[in-house]
Amino acid sequence: MIIKKEVIVRNGSGLHARPAAMFVQIANKYSSVIKIVKDGQEVNGKSIMGILMLAAEKGARVVLTVDGVDAEAAAQELETFLLKEKDPEM
Amino acid sequence: MQKGKKDKGKEKKQLQLRGIPAAPGITIGKVYIVGVEDLLPPERNITEQEVPSEISRFKKVLESTRKEIINIEKKISKEMGVEQGKIFSAHLLVLDDPVLSEEVVTRIRKKKKNIETIFAEVLNKYVSVLSEARDEYLRDRISDITDVGKRILRNLIGGDTRGIEGLIDRSIVIAYDLAPSDTAMMHKGSVLGFATDIGGRTSHTAIMAKSLEIPAVVGLENITDIVMPGDTVILDGFHGIVIVNPTKRFIDQYEKEKKKHEHLEKQLIDLKFLPSETLDKRKIILAGNIELPEDVASVISHGAEGVGLYRTEYFFMNRKDLPTEEEQFNAYRSVAARIKPHPVTIRTLDVGGDKFLSQLDVPKDMNPFLGWRAIRFCLARPDVFKTQLKAILRASAFGKLRLMYPMISGIEEFRKANVVLEEAKSELRKKNIEFDKDMPVGAMIEVPSAALTSDALAKEADFFSIGTNDLIQYSLAVDRVNEKIAYLYEPTHPAVLNLIRMTINNGHKENIPVGLCGEVSGDIALAIILIGMGLDEFSSSPIAVPELKKVIRSVSFLDAQKVTEEALKMTTGTEILNYAKAKLMEMVPDIALMN
Repeated sequence: MIIKKEVIVRNGSGLHARPAAMFVQIANKYSSVIKIVKDGQEVNGKSIMGILMLAAEKGARVVLTVDGVDAEAAAQELETFLLKEKDPEM
Repeated sequence: MQKGKKDKGKEKKQLQLRGIPAAPGITIGKVYIVGVEDLLPPERNITEQEVPSEISRFKKVLESTRKEIINIEKKISKEMGVEQGKIFSAHLLVLDDPVLSEEVVTRIRKKKKNIETIFAEVLNKYVSVLSEARDEYLRDRISDITDVGKRILRNLIGGDTRGIEGLIDRSIVIAYDLAPSDTAMMHKGSVLGFATDIGGRTSHTAIMAKSLEIPAVVGLENITDIVMPGDTVILDGFHGIVIVNPTKRFIDQYEKEKKKHEHLEKQLIDLKFLPSETLDKRKIILAGNIELPEDVASVISHGAEGVGLYRTEYFFMNRKDLPTEEEQFNAYRSVAARIKPHPVTIRTLDVGGDKFLSQLDVPKDMNPFLGWRAIRFCLARPDVFKTQLKAILRASAFGKLRLMYPMISGIEEFRKANVVLEEAKSELRKKNIEFDKDMPVGAMIEVPSAALTSDALAKEADFFSIGTNDLIQYSLAVDRVNEKIAYLYEPTHPAVLNLIRMTINNGHKENIPVGLCGEVSGDIALAIILIGMGLDEFSSSPIAVPELKKVIRSVSFLDAQKVTEEALKMTTGTEILNYAKAKLMEMVPDIALMN
């Protein structure tokens, strides 16, 4: 199954550093292939480097693509994470 | 090992370098220079046949490096707590990064070069992109990536590299940058301190150094170019100063300073849990001044009861954008929650004067200290002000916060600021966001006109905090930045002392507490006079707290009152200062001797 969602990043300081690490840790729990696209740039959602390169600030519009057997659950959890306003505590 | 000039003069000249204080303490010793520059082996072309073996060598090294990191993580978690160990989870993420290893594999196939060369190329690419990031936190995280990267490189190359592990003698470690894992491997026994070219106060290395209690100075820019093996340096982690090849006079002076601090450390342990009260049981609150949430640790470890001055402008410095409400809220909340149940007095933005913020477009005043600054600026920019007030209000739900406006010159300004505060409150109420309805709101008394009208202010303010640095410069008309007139800057000037006493008395008439924050609060000779005036709270840099507590616990309020009375009969600052010193010697000799 492929799920494609447009999400606006709401994390306190965008998808930077700590939130990026959290995102990767969540993504790694799933077997699905996870991709994030911002402004035409696509990166692997399981790569901390990739996500840091994306430099998605708070308010950035990204497209999340999840492809695999556990796509639904993965997309759900990742979307919730991106929409959380409070900075995650790691 | 070290980069830089080897042809320095025959005679070693003393040189003083200024950096960022990262971890407190003073240490003197020989340097040990950690080099990473020659980690790169010469570039080598490989044949098509060698590609698979280079790739498999890479995979093996990734695996062994992973084990190494897990071991360090365990060690650190055990010795320094789980929080510190967590740093290494970020390292593992980098190590396991699929994009990084895929890119290495793709490039080696295409370029046919040895794995070390390829890996270094890929690593540099990521580091250079990240070093352009606007976010300071993100830039600090580059060290995570280079740390792991260098570890992998070291393992790929094998053999001897001069890492921190090679350190045997007690030395001061000098490096361009220290990786968190390097800092982690430092043992208190063999490392006296460290100094680095780069790094900020929030970098991992600074945090690690603090928790290891090793004095450290970072951000020295070019210390690795300047020191040579065998050099002696003095490292002053309190002030961020490194003195290379110090003269005997400097060594003696710092040895004395060091002894004083060691002595204080001992006292600190004894005093930490004792109440701060006079011999006749008058309670005086001893609080600490902070600039960043990280400073809370020092407040707690020095036995201060709360934060008497949280300077918020550092939040706004060194950045191009304005901090968001959320960002500020997170910082204020974390301070409030950690200091709880003690109070945190948070000062609203004090910009202007000697602190300029590029993004706020504050024009340079001819007379900056008398210009558009602090509360004057905030009232003119309600957008900036209200955002901060909302963040503070929201944080007030998580601890005991007190709000304080800087540079209040009279009651009207105080009222205007409160109007904005009420607006902020009603906006939060509309959104059903919780805050402390009874959060005390006080005025900083640092303009003579405020001190002179403190009777009126005391009727509306919930507390006063006397800001002595500015009060002195305004009442004596002495620019505290100008060295030529520094001799006129007299904390003991009768005019200053009278303004302080007037403020305390007026506050007490309306039953509000009066505290004092500023350098004077840490000026030990004056402490007795201030105690005698009936001051309720001292807030000083946390390191000055034990000394102040010692003084408070050694005098009675009654005797201190007599000292104050005598002092205020005198007519010159010099007379008062000498009298205060003599009294300190008489009443608290061991503290007087150390100063």
